[in-house]
Amino acid sequence: MSDVISSSFVRQDLLAERPAPVKTTGFIGLMRTRLFNSPTNILLTILGALLLWFTIVPSVKFLMVDAVWSGKDRAACLAENAGFAVGACWPYIQAKLPQLIYGFYPEAERWRVNLTLLLAVVLLLPLLIPRLPAKSLNAGLFFVAFPVVAFFLLHGGGIKGFGLSWTAGLLQLFDESIVGAGQALLTSSKTSAVGPLLWVLGSLIALLGTVIHWLIFPLTWLRDYIQGTGQSVWTDFAITAAIVCLIAFVLGGGVRTGGRALASSIATFVAIAIVIKLMDIDHGGLPVVTTNLWGGLLVTLVVSVTGIVTSLPIGIALALGRRSTIPLIRIFSIAFIEFWRGVPLITVLFFATYMLPLFLPGNFTVDGLVRALIGIALFTGAYQAENVRGGLAAIPRGQSEAAAALGLSWWKTTSLIVLPQALRHVIPNLVNSFISLFKDTSLVSIVALFDLLGSLRASFADPKWSTPSTAFTGFAFAGIIYFMFCFGMSRYSLFVEHRLNAHRRN
Amino acid sequence: MSTEARKPPPQIALKIRRILGGKAGWNGVAVQFAFAAILGWIGYEIVSNARANLENQHIAAGFGFLRNNAGFDVNQTLISYTGSDTFLRVFVVGLLNTLVVSVVGIFFATVIGFIVALCRLSPNWLLSRVGEIYVEVIRNLPLLFQILFWYLAVLAALPNPRQSISLFGIAFISNRGLVVPSPIGQSGLAPFLAVLAFGIVASLALHFYARRALFQRGQVIRIWPSVLALLFGLPLATMLVFGLPFTFELPQLRGFNFAGGSRIIPEFVALAVALSTYTAAFIAEIVRAGILSVHKGQMEAGSSLGLSRGATLRLIVVPQAMRVIVPPLTNQYLNLTKNSSLAVAIGYPDLVSVFAGTSLSQTGQAIEIIAMTMGVYLLISLLTSAIMSVYGWRVSRSLGA
Repeated sequence: MSDVISSSFVRQDLLAERPAPVKTTGFIGLMRTRLFNSPTNILLTILGALLLWFTIVPSVKFLMVDAVWSGKDRAACLAENAGFAVGACWPYIQAKLPQLIYGFYPEAERWRVNLTLLLAVVLLLPLLIPRLPAKSLNAGLFFVAFPVVAFFLLHGGGIKGFGLSWTAGLLQLFDESIVGAGQALLTSSKTSAVGPLLWVLGSLIALLGTVIHWLIFPLTWLRDYIQGTGQSVWTDFAITAAIVCLIAFVLGGGVRTGGRALASSIATFVAIAIVIKLMDIDHGGLPVVTTNLWGGLLVTLVVSVTGIVTSLPIGIALALGRRSTIPLIRIFSIAFIEFWRGVPLITVLFFATYMLPLFLPGNFTVDGLVRALIGIALFTGAYQAENVRGGLAAIPRGQSEAAAALGLSWWKTTSLIVLPQALRHVIPNLVNSFISLFKDTSLVSIVALFDLLGSLRASFADPKWSTPSTAFTGFAFAGIIYFMFCFGMSRYSLFVEHRLNAHRRN
Repeated sequence: MSTEARKPPPQIALKIRRILGGKAGWNGVAVQFAFAAILGWIGYEIVSNARANLENQHIAAGFGFLRNNAGFDVNQTLISYTGSDTFLRVFVVGLLNTLVVSVVGIFFATVIGFIVALCRLSPNWLLSRVGEIYVEVIRNLPLLFQILFWYLAVLAALPNPRQSISLFGIAFISNRGLVVPSPIGQSGLAPFLAVLAFGIVASLALHFYARRALFQRGQVIRIWPSVLALLFGLPLATMLVFGLPFTFELPQLRGFNFAGGSRIIPEFVALAVALSTYTAAFIAEIVRAGILSVHKGQMEAGSSLGLSRGATLRLIVVPQAMRVIVPPLTNQYLNLTKNSSLAVAIGYPDLVSVFAGTSLSQTGQAIEIIAMTMGVYLLISLLTSAIMSVYGWRVSRSLGA
């Protein structure tokens, strides 16, 4: 036993204090661990510092230190007048600011642009903050109501009829086209080798057209009657409202459960009536400002917001079509998506500008801005379709199977179960597409529309402000605007992604 | 009592229904008929309207115009071209210009992209921040903005040829573009090229032989000395025997412009710089994501096997990262090629600019010209995606094996 005791060791005195560990946090720690911990790293740090020195310092010098802040014309921004090497020429931006933001929009009407922007911000902000309630109402207002209101605000003009007249007009157009096709077949049957076959086909199509003509006759008669009365818009509005409310009531479940649908449709129509009355749309509305006067940031925002609003439904439809089991629809969707994704946007814009007018009836002219918008909507729609398809693929099969087990139809399964989950999954991807759409709107300047970049380029040509630093100043200003929008959107996309992946963090 | 397995009923009607209408059955067939009718109606409207409109504008449809004289000049051509050549030749000239700027852009974008990715992955805090700033700034500005910036601001601010910036007296940068020495072939050119080609082929063969030996017999063959000799020694020897393969003609300032050397037009410089710096930011993110996607354990396993850091990277990390990198990288190359169509904004004579721009405004054959232009880009992207799906199939096969 004594052996064991003597072999055990008990320290009698305290250990000497060890030095404190090297600090690895804070600025000093950062310097020690990430900047100057090895010779190579010191070299790299010096390289990085040099890179920053040669980019940041000249930029700041150009934008702030050497900048000219006030002046009347180019004379203020010339080195011989200022007495030093002039950097940014800010008075030039000051002078051109209205043009860069509104284009040639009449000065007296610019409050309309401001009001539209304000409306957009008011509707968009609550949509972007996840914590706020009433998302579906908000989304409906932003994606459906706002574009219509914005059109009447920005473009002006009024309406002569309402839903009833438009439906009647559309159906009549469709009918005329069918009858026209039948007549064309009948005339070509006289010369063709398969004449009798064409004749039969033509007669059938013409007959179909006549039948449709008689079917829609009550509608067209009613339209013509309403147009004859003094209060055409309001009569038409009342009839349309009554019909739509009735349909909503019946489809909503009749007396038993249709009350809610009826109430919401009545509320919608009351809101529409208020808007029509407020903006005087029934009496010609606001003075018309044609789109060739629009320009600058206004066009950039109009094109990108329209692109966002129109591309999403197109994308959803194409994505569903691509996943459909019905062969023709699937093939068409694949071909459509791959076609638009395979060509550059600029050729799409050329297509929309030069080729689309050829495809429309001769008496039918489409505004230049609208043409570009159609091209952009189709192009972006194809990209959005791939995003949405990714989201649809991420939803487990069990979800739609469970819905089917509950007896929901395909439409209800898709719209109530699958799509809401799928769209939530792909919000970051959608926002990233919107960023590239926003950047791509600059391409409309190539097809003679003056967006922010186009207006900037046009302003360079002004001899009143031509100085060596004009171009750099203009690019700095436009660059800051583009960067703010895109960077803001990308941060938002990161934020949403972080939120959606909350369950994966630990 | 024998119980034979009964054959399942053929269910031919069900199968036909499934093929024709998908899961929706006869409803699906009906939907398809309605859809086909709508498509047919739209197609009919388009054709009849286009025919009527073309008649009104007195334009003859068809591709006959391709044989007409173009009658305008193009300021950068790879093949000989004069104003009296046909529109078909304009098409080829534009296509070649598109391909040239794309290839140059792809090369520089890859180089810059990998450098920026390495910066971002570097343990050095400052350098990774610099890389991040580059990526964020470049990605959040429109490409057209950057092209115009380089063309209208930077290149226009350069001095005129008389005061041009000289790069070691060999190349000169001015607002008229970049002037570089042009090579002139000498008598030694043909043998030099032949030997060079032979060297490349022989080195590739050696490489494959060495790999086979390594994988099948476990035999390590050191090939780099012989590859060095084949690629550099042999051409050098030929040069000594046959004389220089080519000499350079240096550009010289004469009057207001340069004589001699070859001039690269400023539009090309601006477009190539903008395209490569822009795409590089995206490539950097792809490369970074690819390298980060390889698990840390792979690196540790490599070093526990006694491989050096370089060998671990080369043999273990990079091959796995490449699998993640290559598909989006190809996508970026495709994007760059499509984005080169923005050349039309600054007047670089690419396909869109000379064909869909100038030729279209001269002939008015909108349908044919735009269809041809779109067709070219569509063909390029479909070919690329076909190659990529073959690549993906091979990768998944090698992973499965």
